[in-house]
Amino acid sequence: MATDTLTGPPSSPPPVDLSGDPRRHRRERAMGALFLASAGASLLVSTLIVVSLFSNGWRFFTEVDWPRVYDSNAWNPRQGSFSITTLLAGSVIVTGVAILVAAPLGLGAAVYLSEYARPRVRAVLKPILEVLAAIPSVVLGFFALQWIAPNVVGTFFGDEAGRGGSMMTAGIGVGLLTIPLVASVSEDAMRAVPDSLRQASAGLGARKRATTLRVVLPAAVSGIVAALILATSRAIGETMVVFIAGGASDTARFTTDPLDGTLTMTAAMASLAVGTDNVVGGGLTIEALYFVGIVLFAFTLTLNVIGNRFVRRVRQVY
Amino acid sequence: MTESTGTPTVTPAGAPLRQGLGGEPRDRAPHDDLPVVFEVGDLSAYYGAFRAVREVTLDVRQREITAFIGPSGCGKTTVLRCFNRMNDLIPGARTEGTLNFRGVPLYGPDVDPVEVRRRIGMVFQKPNPFPKSIYDNAAYGPRVFGTRKRSELDAVVEESLTKAALWDEVKDRLRDSAMGLSGGQQQRLCIARTIATRPEVVLMDEPCSALDPIATARIEDLMQEIKDEFTIVIVTHNMQQAARVSDATAFFSTEVNPESDRRTGVLIEFDRTETIFSNPADERTENYITGRFG
Amino acid sequence: MALTTIGSSGEAAVQGSVAAALRGRRADVGGRAFELGLLAALLICLLLLGALMYSVLADGLPVYTERGWDFLDRGLSRRAGRAGISQGLIGSFWIAVSVVAISFPLGIGAAVYLEEYAPRTRLTSFIELNIRNLAGVPSVVYGLLGLAIFVKAMSGFAGADGVDRRTLAAAGATLAVLVLPIIIITTAEALRSVPQSLREGAYGVGATRWEVIRTVVLPYAAPGIFTGALLSIARAVGEAAPLIVVGAVTGFSSRGVGLSMGNVLDPSALGERFTAMPALVTAWAKLPQEEFKVDNTAAAIIGMLVFVLLINSIAIVLRNRFERKRSL
Repeated sequence: MATDTLTGPPSSPPPVDLSGDPRRHRRERAMGALFLASAGASLLVSTLIVVSLFSNGWRFFTEVDWPRVYDSNAWNPRQGSFSITTLLAGSVIVTGVAILVAAPLGLGAAVYLSEYARPRVRAVLKPILEVLAAIPSVVLGFFALQWIAPNVVGTFFGDEAGRGGSMMTAGIGVGLLTIPLVASVSEDAMRAVPDSLRQASAGLGARKRATTLRVVLPAAVSGIVAALILATSRAIGETMVVFIAGGASDTARFTTDPLDGTLTMTAAMASLAVGTDNVVGGGLTIEALYFVGIVLFAFTLTLNVIGNRFVRRVRQVY
Repeated sequence: MTESTGTPTVTPAGAPLRQGLGGEPRDRAPHDDLPVVFEVGDLSAYYGAFRAVREVTLDVRQREITAFIGPSGCGKTTVLRCFNRMNDLIPGARTEGTLNFRGVPLYGPDVDPVEVRRRIGMVFQKPNPFPKSIYDNAAYGPRVFGTRKRSELDAVVEESLTKAALWDEVKDRLRDSAMGLSGGQQQRLCIARTIATRPEVVLMDEPCSALDPIATARIEDLMQEIKDEFTIVIVTHNMQQAARVSDATAFFSTEVNPESDRRTGVLIEFDRTETIFSNPADERTENYITGRFG
Repeated sequence: MALTTIGSSGEAAVQGSVAAALRGRRADVGGRAFELGLLAALLICLLLLGALMYSVLADGLPVYTERGWDFLDRGLSRRAGRAGISQGLIGSFWIAVSVVAISFPLGIGAAVYLEEYAPRTRLTSFIELNIRNLAGVPSVVYGLLGLAIFVKAMSGFAGADGVDRRTLAAAGATLAVLVLPIIIITTAEALRSVPQSLREGAYGVGATRWEVIRTVVLPYAAPGIFTGALLSIARAVGEAAPLIVVGAVTGFSSRGVGLSMGNVLDPSALGERFTAMPALVTAWAKLPQEEFKVDNTAAAIIGMLVFVLLINSIAIVLRNRFERKRSL
C-alpha cells in the first residue's frame, strides 16, 4: 500500500531507509549496558551488607550463652559477658545528650539564619557553620577529651567529672558533630515555606517572633522532625568520638549515669577490632562484633527510613 | 515545479478523505501533484490509557508549509511530535493508525528514531540553544553524525547560519556563547542547528510564541525563504500567522469524552489555507477563524 | 471606631489616639530576647568551632615548629619525639586513589543509568530508596562489610592466615564502597538539574541517548558532579571507624617510612598492613603519654584538617562559581 502512494518527479529517490547507522547502534547499546552494570553494583553492595552482617552474626545467635547476655550487666567479650543492654544504655545516653545539645543549638542557628539574618551576615556565617560539617569525627573526639571535658563538663559538673572521658563529654562532642545536620535540614524546611505566608502574617500586624513561632515553624515542622530523626540516627552511628572520649576502652559496666565512662554499640565494635589479633581471636569476639553490628544497623535503618519519609513530605507540601 | 502524474492521489486504498466529526467527506483540492511527504491515516496518539488525539487523517506535501491551528490542548503538538518520534521520549506514549514518511511507516519495526530525527528536524517553542559557542551549536548535528574535518564543519556552519538569516550578525563572533544572543537570534540559531543536518522536513512547534513581533516577522520571512528546500510543518496559536505563511492548514479542536470527562483532540478540517480562511466547510472552523470562540 | 462625626474636638482626640497607636510600643522586649537567644545559639556553635580550631592549633603547631619536616617524614614509633605521620599520609593517599578509581566510575555510571536510562518502574524507585538508605548506614558497619568481604576474600595477597589480609587495598575498597552512595546521590542531583529543553534540543537533531548524555548532559552537570566527587574524597579520608575494623595498624610498623616520592607512589603498599591519618589520630589520642595524646595527635590533626578543609573549600568555591555562571 505504501509505495503506490508516492508520487513525484521522476528523479525521486528510492524508498527511504530509516534504519540508521549500525555502528552508532552498537555503541549506544554498549554504553547502556555499562551504565546498567554500574547501577547493579550498588544494589549488590546493600545485599552484601545485609548478607555479611547476618551470616557472620548468625553464629553468635546460635552459640552464645543467652542467659549470660541477659543477666550480665557488663560488656566484657573476652570473658564471655555480652550484655547488649550495657551497650544500649551507653548509646542511649550519648545520643540523648547529643540531641539535647544539637537540637536547640542547631535549630536556633537555623531559625536565625533563615528568618533573621541579613543576607550579608548569612553569606558569611553559613559557610562557617558548614565547616563544622566537614570536620572528621576523630578531631571532635580529640576536642571532646582535651577541651570539652575540662572546660564544659568540668565547669558544670565538678573537676572530677571533667577529668578523662565520660558519656557526657562524648555526648556533647557528638552533639557538636550533629549540629550542622540539624541546622541544614531545618533551614531547608524553613526556606521552603513560601514568603507569601510570612507576608500574610506581617500584613495582619504580627511581629517577627510571632510570625516565626506561629507560621513558619509549624509549616516547617516535617522538616524539623526529619532533621531530629536523622540527627538521632547519626548520633547512634557515631563511633570515634565515643571511642576516644567516652571513658572506657575494652569493657564496660552497665550504668545510667552520664558522668560515667562506658561503651556504646559503636565504640564496642571498634574496641573489638583494635589490636593486632583481636578480631581473629578466640571466643565469640568476631561474632559479637557482627551481632552488635546487626542491632546497630537495625536501629539506624529504621530511623533513616522514617526520617527520609519526613524529608519527602517537606518537598511535597510545597 | 510540479509534475502531474495522472494517478489519483494519496488516500490509502482510494478511500475518500474524512475530516473527523461533522462528517461529509471532502474532495481533495488541487496542488496534489506535489509529492506527499507525510501520509497520516486515522492516527491516534495515547499517553498511557489517555487518548490525546484521535483519528487524524491528512497529508503533508513537499515544499509546502502546512500549519496546525486550534485552541490549546487539542493535540496539535502531540501529532507534530509523532512526525519525528519525539514522543518516544515520554514513557507510555504510543500511536495507532497510519503514519508514513515517504511511503515508509514511521513506527515500523526497523525504523531507528535517531535516523528519523536526522531527516526530520524540530524547532521548539522556547529557544533552546546549547550552552556552547554559536559555532558548536550549528556544528552539533554534523559532528554527532561523524563529520570531523574542520573545513567541512566550517562550510556547514556557514551554510546553515546563512540560510537561517543569522550569518551576518554572528560571523565575527562564532566562538561566543550562544547564551549571549537575543531571543530571536537564539531561535534562528536553533533553526540553523536543525537545518545543519540537511533534513528534508523541519517541524516547528510554535516557534515564535516566545518572541517579540519583529523577531517573529523575521522568522516568518525565513520560513518562506527556506520552504523551497525544506518541507515545513508548523504548529501555531496565531491564526494570522498561519494565514500569512502556510499553504495548507489543519484545524484541530477538542471533544469531551462523556465517560471520563477528559478532552481528546480531533482534526476538524484540513484544506488549502485560502479555503480554510475564506470559505471553511465546517461551522466550528468558521467560529474559530472569526474569533467566536477559542 | 467612631463612624459618626463627633465634632471637631472629638475628631482631634480620635486622631491623637490613632497617631499614638501607630507610633506606639516600639520596645518589643520578648521579640528582642527571642532574636538574641537565636543569635546566641548560632554564636555558641561558632565559638565552639573556634575553640576547636584554637585548641588543635595551640597543641599541634609547636610540634611543627620544633620538628618540621621530621614529623612528616618519620613513621610510627614508641617514642613520641620520634613518631611521625609519613605512613599515615601514604595510607590516606592510597585510600583517596582507591576511592577515585573504584567509586567514581561506578557511582557516576549508576547515577547516569538511574537518571537517563532507567524507566520509572518500581524497581528503579526501590533502587533509589536503597541508595538513600545506604548513605545513612554508620561507617563502622561499612567496616564490618569490608572485613567480611575484602579481608576474608582477598586471599591473593601474601599470607595464609587472616592477619596479613588486612591490607591497604581492603581498606581502600571499603571506603570506596562507603562513599559510593554519596557520589550516586550528588551526581544524580546534578543530572536532574539539566533542563529537559536542552535534552530535547539534542534529541531533536538526531543524537542517540549516549550522545546526548556525552555532549550535552554531562558537560552541563559536570560542576555539580565534580563538587560531589571532591566532597566524597574529603569524607573518605576523614573516616576512622572502617579503618579500625578492617585492621589498621596502631602500634608500630617499619614499613614504608619516609615521605619520599618513591615511597608515596609505591603501589606495593596496597598489599600490606597499613595505617592512615584517621587511624593514627585515634591511636595516639588514646595513648597515655601527654606528648602523644595531646601534642602529636593535634599535630596529626592539623595535617588531616589542612587536606580535608582545603578540598571542601575548593569544592564549594567551584560550586558557587558555576552556579553563578549558569544563571546568566
